[in-house]
Amino acid sequence: MKRQVYLDYSATTPVKDEVLQAMLPYFSQNFGNPSSLYTIGQESKQALEDARERVAALIGASPREIFFTSSGTEADNWAVIESAESRAKKGKHIVTTKIEHHALLHSCEYLEKNGFKVTYLDIDAEGFVDPALLERSLTDETTLVSIMFANNEIGTVQPIEELAKIAKRRGALFHTDAVQALGNIPIDVRALGVDMMSVSAHKIYGPKGIGALYIRKGVTLPSLLHGGGQENKKRAGTENLTGIVGFGKAAELSARNLDTHIERLTELRDYFLGKIRESIPDILVNGSLARRLPGNLNVTFKYIEGEALLLLLDLDGIAVSTGSACSSASLTPSHVLTALGVPVEMIHGSLRFTVGDFTTKEDIDYTVECLVKNVEKLRNISSVSKEKGW
Amino acid sequence: MATLYNDKVIKHFTDPHNVGEMQNPDGEGTYGSPVCGDMMKISIKVENGVIVDAKFKTFGCGSAIASSSVATDMIKGKTIEEALKITNQDVLDELGGLPAIKVHCSVLADHAIRAAIYDYAQRNGKYYAGLEGFDPNADEEDRNHGCDMENR
Repeated sequence: MKRQVYLDYSATTPVKDEVLQAMLPYFSQNFGNPSSLYTIGQESKQALEDARERVAALIGASPREIFFTSSGTEADNWAVIESAESRAKKGKHIVTTKIEHHALLHSCEYLEKNGFKVTYLDIDAEGFVDPALLERSLTDETTLVSIMFANNEIGTVQPIEELAKIAKRRGALFHTDAVQALGNIPIDVRALGVDMMSVSAHKIYGPKGIGALYIRKGVTLPSLLHGGGQENKKRAGTENLTGIVGFGKAAELSARNLDTHIERLTELRDYFLGKIRESIPDILVNGSLARRLPGNLNVTFKYIEGEALLLLLDLDGIAVSTGSACSSASLTPSHVLTALGVPVEMIHGSLRFTVGDFTTKEDIDYTVECLVKNVEKLRNISSVSKEKGW
Repeated sequence: MATLYNDKVIKHFTDPHNVGEMQNPDGEGTYGSPVCGDMMKISIKVENGVIVDAKFKTFGCGSAIASSSVATDMIKGKTIEEALKITNQDVLDELGGLPAIKVHCSVLADHAIRAAIYDYAQRNGKYYAGLEGFDPNADEEDRNHGCDMENR
């Protein structure tokens, strides 16, 4: 059988067996509704609260500050839209960056359509937001600043503590999308001083369909869904119990393994980059290698197009992603690499590799072998080359 | 197995026909741009009004490469007039279809063919009714065949 190598852990992760085992009883055995007063209901309630504690512990929050949602996207929408709209009397200006996830960007566009003004901060050539730039963008009208913790494409980790301080000095709320950061770098919401933070289970070996929004005690945010009073009346609807239990278990494992996870992924990623550099000419690493998610590597292979390379790798059993326009539904190249200042033709040739807990050195060796073969093949077909110039 | 492309597209993509450049082509045309994400170059050899050989080089995605491969196959052995009749739809049909979002990649192929024949006509002072209204350097927007460079 063909070797299967998954190098897209930033897209999603497989559910770890311990997580799956923890979830299974809650499908048909311990199926009670957490809102029911009898024993099996209360057992579910207990499981729900245990999971909340574990998710809270992973980010240094109190369990009462954790509100489960259906996804990181829902958490982002809730945080941004509800906080902005409920503070519209104070001002209608929010600040974010050009490299946010679409869950954030499209929430901002929605607000713009409703009369809000949004400032999209640039990033520097390394992929970082300049705190001075944030400082200058703030006005008396600014009610919210939302800056992602770690970027999904280039993995750069923003100086959240410093940025949050600046926002709060001017009386604005600070939200961060930490979907990629969770389980990949240590997070302590108290030390960071953030008001709201979005997280998701399926990036940390938990199930899909479950996320959470951290809302710091003292921050008022209108309820998202109205109904039966679940999630402290903030987000009604019968809880996704199996998902929440899975999230809790994944958070527990993540907290326990964080140091070795970071160390192992960093080593694998660096080994991977070293091998690419020694075996393939004319490449470009996108984004800073310092202050970057441990498992992330974003590389441009010049003179070829990323979707073609992705397809050839797929035929070799290797799963990766690309910033090429050809791979996106909108046919536009990656907005993150564009903001980074990568020339458009080089964006088309970019691939994102993300290693994870199940990646081995043998996987990397095999991938590099296939990369060498496939990059050469496509360069032979290509109508552009070093000689012909870009 | 669930895949984005059909077997024929994959076959032409992984093992494309007619890849290469010619020493002394009778006509040569390029279409698209690296900025747009795909650029195809076609070279042709013409004898007695018949395209006896065709080669291509393409910077582009899987379907652009597959389209280049079938398009060059299709024009070989055809007269110039016949080759000029090849449409985007013909290339698509020959490939057995592409995902809707990829259809623009086959537009690239029929335009590159026209650009190569245009060059041949220019060099030899020939006129072809099928080239009427075709100018490889005109209409930048059309050259981008839907390539949307709008970014925030």
